[in-house]
Amino acid sequence: MTDSLNPAQSWLVRPFAERSTQVFLAVLATAVALVTVLNLALPADSALHVSTYTVTLMGKYLCYALLAVAVDLVWGYLGILSLGHGAFFALGGYAMGMYLMRQIGDRGVYGNPELPDFMVFLNWQELPWYWYGFDMAWFAFLMVLLAPGLLAFVFGYLAFRSRVTGVYLSIITQALTFALMLAFFRNEMGFGGNNGLTDFMDILGFDLRTDGARLGLFIASGVALAIGYIICRAIVASKLGRVSIACRDAEARTRFLGYRVERVQLFVFVVSAMLAGVAGALYVPQVGIINPSEFSPLFSIEVVVWVALGGRATLYGAVIGALIVNYAKTVFTGVMPDAWLFALGALFVLVTVFLPKGIAGLLAGWGTRKRTEDTPAEEATA
Amino acid sequence: MSIPRSLSQLLIVCLLSLLALAPARADDAQAQALLEQLADAPYAQKGRIIGEIAGSGDERARQWLEAFANGKLARVEASGQFVIVLENRGRNWTVADALSGETIGEISRRDLDSLRINNALRGELDGILSVIDLTVADVGKRLAAARDLRGGVDAGSFERIGTLLSAEENPDVRAALEEALAIYRVEALGDIAAVAVLAGSLNTAARAALTGAARSDNAQLAAAANRALESIDQKLKLNNAAKTLYFGISLGSVLVLAAIGLAITFGVMGVINMAHGELIMLGAYTTWGMQQLLPGQPGLALVLSIPAGFMVAALAGIAIERTVIQHLKGRPLETLLATFGISLILQQLVRTVISPLNRSVVTPEWMSGSIMINEALSLTLNRLYIIGFALVVFAGLMLIMRKTRLGLEVRAVTQNRAMARSMGIKATRVDILTFALGSGVAGLAGVALSQITNVGPNLGQNYIIDSFMVVVFGGVGNLWGTLVAGLSLGTINQLLEPWAGAVLAKILVLVFIILFIQKRPRGLFPQKGRAAEG
Repeated sequence: MTDSLNPAQSWLVRPFAERSTQVFLAVLATAVALVTVLNLALPADSALHVSTYTVTLMGKYLCYALLAVAVDLVWGYLGILSLGHGAFFALGGYAMGMYLMRQIGDRGVYGNPELPDFMVFLNWQELPWYWYGFDMAWFAFLMVLLAPGLLAFVFGYLAFRSRVTGVYLSIITQALTFALMLAFFRNEMGFGGNNGLTDFMDILGFDLRTDGARLGLFIASGVALAIGYIICRAIVASKLGRVSIACRDAEARTRFLGYRVERVQLFVFVVSAMLAGVAGALYVPQVGIINPSEFSPLFSIEVVVWVALGGRATLYGAVIGALIVNYAKTVFTGVMPDAWLFALGALFVLVTVFLPKGIAGLLAGWGTRKRTEDTPAEEATA
Repeated sequence: MSIPRSLSQLLIVCLLSLLALAPARADDAQAQALLEQLADAPYAQKGRIIGEIAGSGDERARQWLEAFANGKLARVEASGQFVIVLENRGRNWTVADALSGETIGEISRRDLDSLRINNALRGELDGILSVIDLTVADVGKRLAAARDLRGGVDAGSFERIGTLLSAEENPDVRAALEEALAIYRVEALGDIAAVAVLAGSLNTAARAALTGAARSDNAQLAAAANRALESIDQKLKLNNAAKTLYFGISLGSVLVLAAIGLAITFGVMGVINMAHGELIMLGAYTTWGMQQLLPGQPGLALVLSIPAGFMVAALAGIAIERTVIQHLKGRPLETLLATFGISLILQQLVRTVISPLNRSVVTPEWMSGSIMINEALSLTLNRLYIIGFALVVFAGLMLIMRKTRLGLEVRAVTQNRAMARSMGIKATRVDILTFALGSGVAGLAGVALSQITNVGPNLGQNYIIDSFMVVVFGGVGNLWGTLVAGLSLGTINQLLEPWAGAVLAKILVLVFIILFIQKRPRGLFPQKGRAAEG
């Protein structure tokens, strides 16, 4: 252990003293600033100009990166492989989508000031009760945190209390997101069914289709990723984080030492779900649509492979993995769409068989000063 | 009687002398005489002659009367020969001799003289035609005719049927006839005694008659009818329950088939194989491939697919085990991810090599159709076969696990690998064989599923979550648990469907399992003792 707990530092300040966090934040800030400058300052025909399309694409990647960090928090530091984090991501996205739908007001196709278009289309007479309040930004943004958080709390409370862990937990998280996907596909749910929520116009009074709003969302995504990263680092570096790592490596032993394992698990799980919700909320205005396919088990498990590729229990590895895989996905689906699933499938196999510690593990192997104590023990998940 | 000469109704003869000389049968003379009477009598008397023809016992009577009712019985003007018009389009009509039944050929319609009929007669004929089959010797035909009569009895045929009933000996036919008569008696005569006959009948006509009677002014009749309706509703409810149970067991057996292979690889070996669904898909595609190889023999192809599907999936399973799973021993979550990657590759492989579209697999004749238990309950054959197949596969696996050397070794290796190896068991070989067995069974499931669902690249994905749910719900490592879990989940799903809809029922079942796992993390039938700690 190289960075033992320093009681002189508050848990919130501690991450900033870490070398890895400093490097990560510096790189992130530089990247975001660079993209902003290249987008704004350079003329559109310059070779170095970053188009708004690219800015939005990178904003999307940053949202994915935040989701990956959330997954890494529970998988890397708690030993819980959640195959249903896409559900929290999508719930956050839907909360934001509902706000954006209400912002359309009477500018929709049917011009109904109260009901979104799809409800008019389905002959609904009035707004369902769970849509109340989403016309107010503060309420919607609160819901971005609360909706996934509440689901994670109820689900986690039940699961951790009965000590459902390991593979079982993975499978039922997958079932959870699958059930939610089926539910959101239903028109009767009042979330737009198959088509989801789309045709957004404004966010906080800014027109979503303008370059300025898109750049703003990109910067917001970068800031959210930085904050999410710091929160995760703070948790990991705190005493609670130490206990959670202990739970990961030897759950029974931690319990016998007197720690309330299920409370630690529940806390970390809920925080992670909220982070995923924020990622989803920033993702939706950038891609312009949210539909039930975000709930698909495939998406959730894809997120896990980003983390696995980057290297679990490093956090920055999750970010690297998310960026690499999603960039590759953009390239592949553009050049040869048929090959993408082959590549993704091969990635799953190769990473797990040949690269158990991910890219972060490779980096750590090269640089002797990289810390390694956070990498999980081999039997951690057995 | 005079025959109007208007073109549309008039028919004239072209005589074929050869056929006119056809050898006459003994009763042909009588038949010819009857038909002549039918042709020449005035409308008022035709009814009586029809009755005579019907009562003559001649097996051709039905043919004549049917043709007559349809205006297709005609007389060749020149020869007086009676013919049945087979094809009446154009100038020349194809006709057959009414007595011998032989096709004569084409005759100009000007040479034919159609026997004319009016609506009153047609109504009478319909009644007689429905009864005429009741006189044939074949019991099956009589029964079918008697069943068809229910709701079709009228004043004209009522008495005739009554006479036939008293002569009838077969109990089934008698029951059907009694029901038919009772419907008429309730409907037209308001006969209270007849209501009792209809109690418990599943026939829609009987139900309609009773519903009508229940609304009648006669309080006694209405009360009796209501009681009878209640008994019918009771019976219908019972039948509906049986139907739901059948569909539930059928869906359950599909789940069992899909999950039983997983119960071996996941439950017994502890390997999370997310590519299990794709092994099922391979089995289904093997069936499709077999049918492409043996065109025109879907049945044979299906039977051959059973071993072929097993082999294909088992070989794929061995390949997966050798290349990936053996390197990830003791790391279940990594195994999960790697096998998920394999499932993506297999799906895309099928999409690229075969087609992204669904392939159609033919259902052989002996598997299509259904068995009718009673009028409210019929069981589709393909589902029945799949239930049987699931049970056979289950029994086979049980035998292998309990009674063979392999089963013994598998159980030994899973309980204590090191100890088993020190006893001389080749653990690696057991791993391969067990995984091949579980994968092969997935292939068998695919062969069965190809008969009831679309065979496409997404086939496996649709079953993987369900399969894991079944295994986890039943208790990992317990084949009986898988059977019970599969059947009960299928039944629960079917019970929920009528009031929740298919999708919501599925969601509710998933939520139910999620909650159930919280309550009993080790499933319905948890393993006890040493195996539980593994």
